[in-house]
Amino acid sequence: MSGPALLSIEDVVVELPTPRGNLRAVDHVDLSMAAGQALGIVGESGCGKTMLSRAILQLLPKKARLSGRVMFDGQDLVRLNPEALRKLRARGIAVVFQDPMTSLNPVLTIGTQLIETLQEHLGLDAAAARRRSAELLAAVGIPAPGQRLDQYPHQLSGGMRQRVAIAIALCCEPKLLIADEPTTALDVTIQAQILDLLAREQRRRHMAMILITHDLGVVAGRTDEVAVMYAGRVVERAPTRNLFKHMQMPYTAALLAAIPKLDAAPHTPLAAIPGRPPDPTRPLKGCSFAPRCRHVGEQCLREKPALTPADNQGHCYACFHPLEIAAGVST
Amino acid sequence: MMHGNPTMAVRTPLLKVDNLVVEYPLGTRTIHAVSDVSLAIARGETLGLVGESGCGKSTLGRAVLQLRRATSGRVQFDGEELTALQGDALRRIRHRMQLIFQDPIASLNPRRRIGDIIAEPLVIAGVRDANKRQELVWEVLSAVGLDPALVVGRLPHEFSGGQCQRICIARALVLNPEFIICDEPVSALDVSIRAQILNLLEEMKQRFGLTLLFIAHDLAVVKAVSDRVAVMYLGRLCEVGPSAQLFEKPAHPYTALLIEAIPVPDPDVRPAEGVAVGEPPSPMAPPSGCRFRTRCPRADARCAAEVPELRPVAAGQYVACHYPLIAG
Repeated sequence: MSGPALLSIEDVVVELPTPRGNLRAVDHVDLSMAAGQALGIVGESGCGKTMLSRAILQLLPKKARLSGRVMFDGQDLVRLNPEALRKLRARGIAVVFQDPMTSLNPVLTIGTQLIETLQEHLGLDAAAARRRSAELLAAVGIPAPGQRLDQYPHQLSGGMRQRVAIAIALCCEPKLLIADEPTTALDVTIQAQILDLLAREQRRRHMAMILITHDLGVVAGRTDEVAVMYAGRVVERAPTRNLFKHMQMPYTAALLAAIPKLDAAPHTPLAAIPGRPPDPTRPLKGCSFAPRCRHVGEQCLREKPALTPADNQGHCYACFHPLEIAAGVST
Repeated sequence: MMHGNPTMAVRTPLLKVDNLVVEYPLGTRTIHAVSDVSLAIARGETLGLVGESGCGKSTLGRAVLQLRRATSGRVQFDGEELTALQGDALRRIRHRMQLIFQDPIASLNPRRRIGDIIAEPLVIAGVRDANKRQELVWEVLSAVGLDPALVVGRLPHEFSGGQCQRICIARALVLNPEFIICDEPVSALDVSIRAQILNLLEEMKQRFGLTLLFIAHDLAVVKAVSDRVAVMYLGRLCEVGPSAQLFEKPAHPYTALLIEAIPVPDPDVRPAEGVAVGEPPSPMAPPSGCRFRTRCPRADARCAAEVPELRPVAAGQYVACHYPLIAG
């Protein structure tokens, strides 16, 4: 990480009461990122990546219990009053969700949704807000933006709806954009377009971005740093290149190996990860990945490995049997 | 022989589809879901069918099983004309064909026990002996890697998505079918579970001598399991060919675009920006001529005027393009 932290998450724990017991969705997570940086958070369903992003946005379910600090631009968001939070969510932190059909209001036109946001947060008059809305739609690659303003979300394709959601998120020039699986609901060619758009706007606006995804392929070419989550914890974190070149955590490596490769011959058996993630209401004493790990040792079942630095470039891993022990020495 | 029918690549097709057209009325308009598709699948082969949402790939799968009747065209299964069959005759031949769906949890009845869910096809097929049914259910559950004793008495919600997909596979296998259509069987699953299910499908194919039509939008997934791949765009086939060859040397610009758009998990491979332009047009008003022309960098006046026919371009590889990327 370079420069002072824009966002710093300190020892965040999120717990949800369920009929089956207490579910610890986020388990002592520390993360920080600088202005203008792109951070990827990678993990499978239920690993806590979405709950972590909700904790940053202070949009957790009512029953959830949060502890720890979420420092953004010098303020602890956990202690902010609702009015200050409301302001911050537009001009400080904006979000793009997975499904643009549910994040847009189906009974309001695209224009109303954009103009409302601009008037509310930037105090523009109606004419200026409409003009600005059309500019924003054009900037996110929507053809004939003037006409689109009068259309409803259902009249747009999934890719176009996601572009609108991005335009709304960007409209107040946020310092941080959280994109939570922004392309999971989209087809592969549209996914490429949306990821290009996010990367371009992020660079152009020098905006920080958290890109949450289950796909290591999505973060590889488009982030500066990656945090891999498993069972509520960050199990490996590194500058993106280092992560892919010197994977330390067996889970990260297994996740990468399980992706079918285009250059492999047909019918090549895939390196599946046996078993499944642990029940989050029944936390394990040791490493959460231990029951599925090929490198498991006796210590892994007794103790939780702490996030340990692998080098002095910010590469950390939580494992007693890292894959490349020598890497920490060589750099 | 019809010109350009990739059927000819297949010697003894188990399934043969000729000039299949499926259209749905929508108000006063018509959705052209499948337009003049011909393909064949050899016994023991896996044919991958890829395309983006709305391209008609699921409709094609359903029309093959006669779950959705074709507007025109023929579907032959083991020499028998399915489009001509009705009632009992159709039901009997369907025992030899099964379907696995995308959402494994939604495709299991939440109120029924797993043992009953898997025995149901046997009941329908007329296996009256309850002991025999139980024996077959236990056998097939063990085959898909589940412990029958722990599974048969439980309800679907007690299982994870990956386990539910194993149960769906068991249900599809219990009648000992010859042919299975897998419609996006792993899209709803996490990466680590997806690999388990793909490996299981491959293993089951070997063990039970299955022929598969594997429908998916993810090219890497399709390539991992398919002998040949057919690429579909807006109701028409663009390209058909042996999978390794098709990925190495795609002939259709759309196939090339799909390959290029896949995010590569390697930070040294910079994502190629700007390769994907535009969006698929509406299947209610498909473009004239080649349906991909509105997004194609190579398109010209001829592409708007003439529908390109599937024609051979390399060994076993067929392309429907006036200006393919490789010379035929």
